[in-house]
Amino acid sequence: MRPEDLLCPTPQGLCCPAGDFFIDPLRPVERALVTHGHSDHARAGHGAVLATAETLDIMRLRCGEDCAGTMQAAAYGETVEINGVRITFHPAGHILGAAQICVEWKGLRMVVSGDYKTAPDPTCAAFAPVPCDVFITEATFGLPVFRFGDARAETAKLLHSVALFPDRAHLVGCYPLGKAQRMIALLREAGYDRPIFLHGAMEALTRYYAARGLDIGALRPAREARRDELAGAVTICPPSALQELWARRFPDPVSVFASGWMRVRARARQRGIALPLVISDHADWEGLTATIAATGASEVWVTHGEEDGLVRWCEMRGLRARPLRLVGYGEEEDEEEDQGAAAENGAAAAP
Amino acid sequence: MNRFAALLDRLAFEHARNAKLRQMADYFRTTPDPERGWALAALTGALSFRHAKPGLIRALVAERVDPVLFGLSYDYVGDLSETVALLWPEGPSPRAGAEKAQNAPRLSEVIKALATLGKAELPGQLSRWLDALDETGRWALLKLVTGGLRIGVSARLAKTAVAALGDKDPDEIELVWPALEPPYVDLFAWVEGRADRPAVRDPAPFRPVMLAHAIEEAELAALSPADYIAEWKWDGIRVQAVAGRRADGAPVARLYSRTGEDISKSFPDLVAALTLPGAIDGELLIVRDGRVQSFHVLQQRLNRKSVTPNLLAEFPAHLRAYDLLADGEEDLRALPFAERRKRLKAFVSRLAQPRVDLSPCVPFSTWSELMAARADPAAAGAGADAEAIEGVMLKRRDAAYLPGRPKGWWWKWKRDPFTVDAVLMYAQRGHGKRSSFYSDYTFGLWTDGENGDELVPVGKAYFGFTDEELLQIDRFVRRNTVNRFGPVREVVHERDQGLVLEIAFEGLQRSNRHRSGVAMRFPRIARLRWDKPPREADRLETLERLLPPDA
Ligand SMILES: [Zn+2]
Ligand SMILES: [Zn+2]
Repeated sequence: MRPEDLLCPTPQGLCCPAGDFFIDPLRPVERALVTHGHSDHARAGHGAVLATAETLDIMRLRCGEDCAGTMQAAAYGETVEINGVRITFHPAGHILGAAQICVEWKGLRMVVSGDYKTAPDPTCAAFAPVPCDVFITEATFGLPVFRFGDARAETAKLLHSVALFPDRAHLVGCYPLGKAQRMIALLREAGYDRPIFLHGAMEALTRYYAARGLDIGALRPAREARRDELAGAVTICPPSALQELWARRFPDPVSVFASGWMRVRARARQRGIALPLVISDHADWEGLTATIAATGASEVWVTHGEEDGLVRWCEMRGLRARPLRLVGYGEEEDEEEDQGAAAENGAAAAP
Repeated sequence: MNRFAALLDRLAFEHARNAKLRQMADYFRTTPDPERGWALAALTGALSFRHAKPGLIRALVAERVDPVLFGLSYDYVGDLSETVALLWPEGPSPRAGAEKAQNAPRLSEVIKALATLGKAELPGQLSRWLDALDETGRWALLKLVTGGLRIGVSARLAKTAVAALGDKDPDEIELVWPALEPPYVDLFAWVEGRADRPAVRDPAPFRPVMLAHAIEEAELAALSPADYIAEWKWDGIRVQAVAGRRADGAPVARLYSRTGEDISKSFPDLVAALTLPGAIDGELLIVRDGRVQSFHVLQQRLNRKSVTPNLLAEFPAHLRAYDLLADGEEDLRALPFAERRKRLKAFVSRLAQPRVDLSPCVPFSTWSELMAARADPAAAGAGADAEAIEGVMLKRRDAAYLPGRPKGWWWKWKRDPFTVDAVLMYAQRGHGKRSSFYSDYTFGLWTDGENGDELVPVGKAYFGFTDEELLQIDRFVRRNTVNRFGPVREVVHERDQGLVLEIAFEGLQRSNRHRSGVAMRFPRIARLRWDKPPREADRLETLERLLPPDA
């Protein structure tokens, strides 16, 4: 049996004909398995959805209670059978509830990574590689230039800037789901105990993380703060808000952006970021390559991102590798990007 | 080196002057000697060593990284030093930094080694350093050794940050600066109040210049004409010409820009004429056959890199003197201007060099007389030199020579710039920190074409806009591209679609090099006219009417 008989790439996403389901489908389908709650993976309108309880909660929060016909929760490590195909969810370390999905049928094991990272993150369960025959991986940062250091050192840079500019507001651009809460956790871990101000777009999700046990300390809505309270304070907002009118009411703001993209200077410059923080919820090059090796897979499929770099690495190690070139992932983060800028960078830079 | 690199990294992203100052002052305050002194040398451009070629860096990385992965990465990042810094292999335990930090070279070590290393030793040393540094450290090191360290900080700004350590005036630092050498231990000791001011031994020092405020016609009424002396405002470059004698009696002469940069090398013809000890403040001009040439001509000399005998003959440099700061050893700056002017007149005639002459006064007794002179300098005594005049200067008779831009003493009353509304036609990527933006703009005006009205390009502008406006134009360019030619984009420019730019400029000449037949001087973007449809932009004929009749 060929791996393509178990999972095959289609324009709707990865399809499992034997189990009659899709994984992270890009369009509404009868039955969907969803790796995590980011909008490019978790879309509304499916007949039935199988995902972790947290991912289901996040989908309800973002798309409403009736965003799918039926919802079934899968616990990490527990095996579910659909039409004879054995399915197990494993932690992906990407955001709260994120999972890798292992699919087994007639002795063939394939693992779909979804988005993942290997670096520590107090806001979600830690990633662990899952042994398999075929590993289907993301490659958002699939080039050796993407090597992310310790997120705590990046957090220290932010706190140094706050101390150096006590009269300026620090606006930290973070994706509303995952990054924002991780940034808050990092600040608390570093001993920052002052109130953190929040943009409205991330309030509900942050409250959800807190309800799931994350220690977030004192948070306040930025819209209720006086201008002088915002000076010398940290405010978390969506990256797009940095360039909007919204940012103008802050005193002499320092624009900060926490993202893996900040590893490349031109990216930070293009967005007018004064303090880029290299903090990513995706695996860096070392994370991607170490994970491939740890799965023991003899064949690797690359779903989205910088496929060429990772495929090249696999080939150099004698692994069979193919880029799936699935179009539609990577947009959770990309929706923030200026469309013109994305087009400008062309194929090389488009995530 | 890692700390210095972290500073450079922060400065590279910071736009605001005050924030840059704060970053630098923080670094100087928390970094020990001599490291901070070498950093100051790097920031002020006081270091010199032979730069490594990019080929050397490529060869180093080729030994360590698969060429295909390197190619994909370089393509993505777009900058060689940055690419190599990011993908330089970090060894088996990349995230265990403590031991590594101990092996990291200090900036002083790097600079000393670079000054003495032989060509054959450089690659090996470079890769040992790269092994020991973190990502930002590698980036800064590669920028330093390849000579690509441009981080948007002027020497003046770096000195201002040092001054902030001890509440000193940056001009005080300028005064002692020429006598100092890296790593400036004596400077920091003085600024921090631990030692006396370093002795000024320079026989031909730069003295911080006095600058004028702009004034408008309406504001003149409040001033009394009798308190002021008027001079022409020359359209050349402001220089300070200083001569003196070393302790051993050997003569020294230097020419400084208004920011204190030593530009003597570019003007040996003029420097040779500075034979009398003293310090003249004046305007550098090109004078041919006794007639001052326009700025356009001066620019041709400024644009040439090598100073050849031909260049000297074709573009003879001249100094038009308007102030005297020192006569021999005597400092004149505390004297009233009227007094200094008398001393200047005597000094210039004693000097007796044809390349140095006195900038004449413009006689007037009422503001309206001066206004008439400003409007028509040729008729008011400037004769054929009028082309190189951009207005008048007003200086209070009792003004001491004060560094900086003190209020109430010196005024510049410029002729008004011309403006036209033009349409953006093409955009090109800029250089340096603007390399990822479309920041060079070609604009056009309407004219009669074969098929009715068409736009004809009349000039290029690449300054005048704010950083925010740059982003706006850049976004407009990316979203409204109709054609690409290499680095150039053609931008939509229809009657009802396109971007109108208000262009300010200083003058106009006929030109065969431009299809429009005219060339603007100092064209710059004065305003973005998002409100104006392109069809309402100006016509070429409007511009042609501004041409001088005989030009
Ligand atoms: Zn995701
Ligand atoms: Zn994704």
